[in-house]
Amino acid sequence: MMNENFEPKIVGFMCKWCTYAAADLAGVSRLQYPPNIVPIRLMCSGGLEPSYVLKALQEGADGVFIGGCHFGDCHYQTGNYQTNKRIALLKKLLEEMGIDKRRVRLEWISAAEGVKFAHTIKEFVEEIKKLGPNPLKKEA
Amino acid sequence: MAKPKVAFYWCASCGGCEEAVVDLAEDILKVVEAVDIVLWPVALDFKYKDIEAMPDKSILVSFINGAIRNSEQEHIAKLLRQKSQLIVAFGACAHLGGIPGLANVANRKEIFETAYKLTHTTVNPKEIFPQLVTEIPQGKLTLPEFYDTVKSLDQTIEVDYYLPGCAPPPDLIMKGVQTLLSGNLPPKGTVIASEKALCETCPRNKTKPDKMVIKEIKRIHEVIADPEKCFLAEGIICVGPATRGGCGERCINANMPCRGCFGPTKEVIDQGAKFLSALASIIDANTDEEVQKITESIIDPIGLFYMYSLPTSILRRKQGV
Ligand code: SF4
Ligand code: SF4
Ligand code: SF4
Repeated sequence: MMNENFEPKIVGFMCKWCTYAAADLAGVSRLQYPPNIVPIRLMCSGGLEPSYVLKALQEGADGVFIGGCHFGDCHYQTGNYQTNKRIALLKKLLEEMGIDKRRVRLEWISAAEGVKFAHTIKEFVEEIKKLGPNPLKKEA
Repeated sequence: MAKPKVAFYWCASCGGCEEAVVDLAEDILKVVEAVDIVLWPVALDFKYKDIEAMPDKSILVSFINGAIRNSEQEHIAKLLRQKSQLIVAFGACAHLGGIPGLANVANRKEIFETAYKLTHTTVNPKEIFPQLVTEIPQGKLTLPEFYDTVKSLDQTIEVDYYLPGCAPPPDLIMKGVQTLLSGNLPPKGTVIASEKALCETCPRNKTKPDKMVIKEIKRIHEVIADPEKCFLAEGIICVGPATRGGCGERCINANMPCRGCFGPTKEVIDQGAKFLSALASIIDANTDEEVQKITESIIDPIGLFYMYSLPTSILRRKQGV
């Protein structure tokens, strides 16, 4: 059901210390990646309440990207371990709710990994394009 | 002075909320004495047309229990809204969608197939399903329309107050009734119960370890729960941290974990997501394998985290059905 004209809207929740900095690095390095992501900076991915992810999906995001620091690198010690558990449980809930869990993607990307950031977003946008629009999207 | 007029109505309900009113025991006499009941289908014989004939806003308060699942319930809820000054959503089903709201994991077609065809006790060789209109020699018979999606009361009409619980406990009902009759009204939208989470008043809270860690989820029927210890600390899912207090810890005192019938606390919009977050925090799992193993062991997150609140959750229903 690949629709050539479909441009996914992706909400990105990213931790200030790692993935958001990686996005900045990708920017200043002039790396190319699709402009589909709306970044939201968090102090820590561990501060992401699962209800924000549900809200983003319910309000029409086609995908939700969550970026945090690699294990062991969290500025607050264990925030990313919490994120890992929450998102795993949330994905299980999403599946039971009839929403493809691939619409939510969690990645650990450090401040130095601008290339990984650009590549991940590119890959995620492609994947969401294949999945098509979020079925929750209200009729325009 | 004429007594204030009061109506009780049930929508998609199990009858337990009506039972809770009857459980007021002798207190019910105080209620009956103080008010003039104009509609109470479970107990008294009034007709809808009696209500239709009443002037608008002539009923002081209508207590409506049950979720909205068909067109008759929607119609009467709207009628009572028009005729009443105040509407109280009575019980978890009216407040949050409740147990009937779990039907939002399916749709009308699936529900009818199961109920009228597939269950082992159903004998229906002609595959007769409920019809909106059936013609018989004597005339037309009609049934209300059964909707795909169950709604809470406030997703159908404006609601002034909420009496939470499945069913609301008698002391809370009395408190609610007395408050409304006193005319000293709380702010619109108030849930007549505690503002705090159940854990705060739970007698087992004192046994909670400082740092709660659980390695394994146990289902309540698989273990004999220690009557003193915090369920959650023991690995038994208890929705107390994400549930409004005020029930008197009814389940906890019967050695059963909380299932969340009082709904979320004031600041929380999604009880299930809130609980999921709290549960994840205390799970002791660091590697992806450990996380996966414990996540898999949680059977039916919708049923556990949204037992009473699926229609009022952020996603409201399962998608694609
Ligand atoms: S709230 Fe509980 S007791 Fe009341 S109608 Fe619903 S299921 Fe029954
Ligand atoms: S989790 Fe359950 S048992 Fe433990 S303190 Fe909270 S309400 Fe009580
Ligand atoms: S313990 Fe929980 S489920 Fe039981 S009555 Fe209280 S709020 Fe409802």
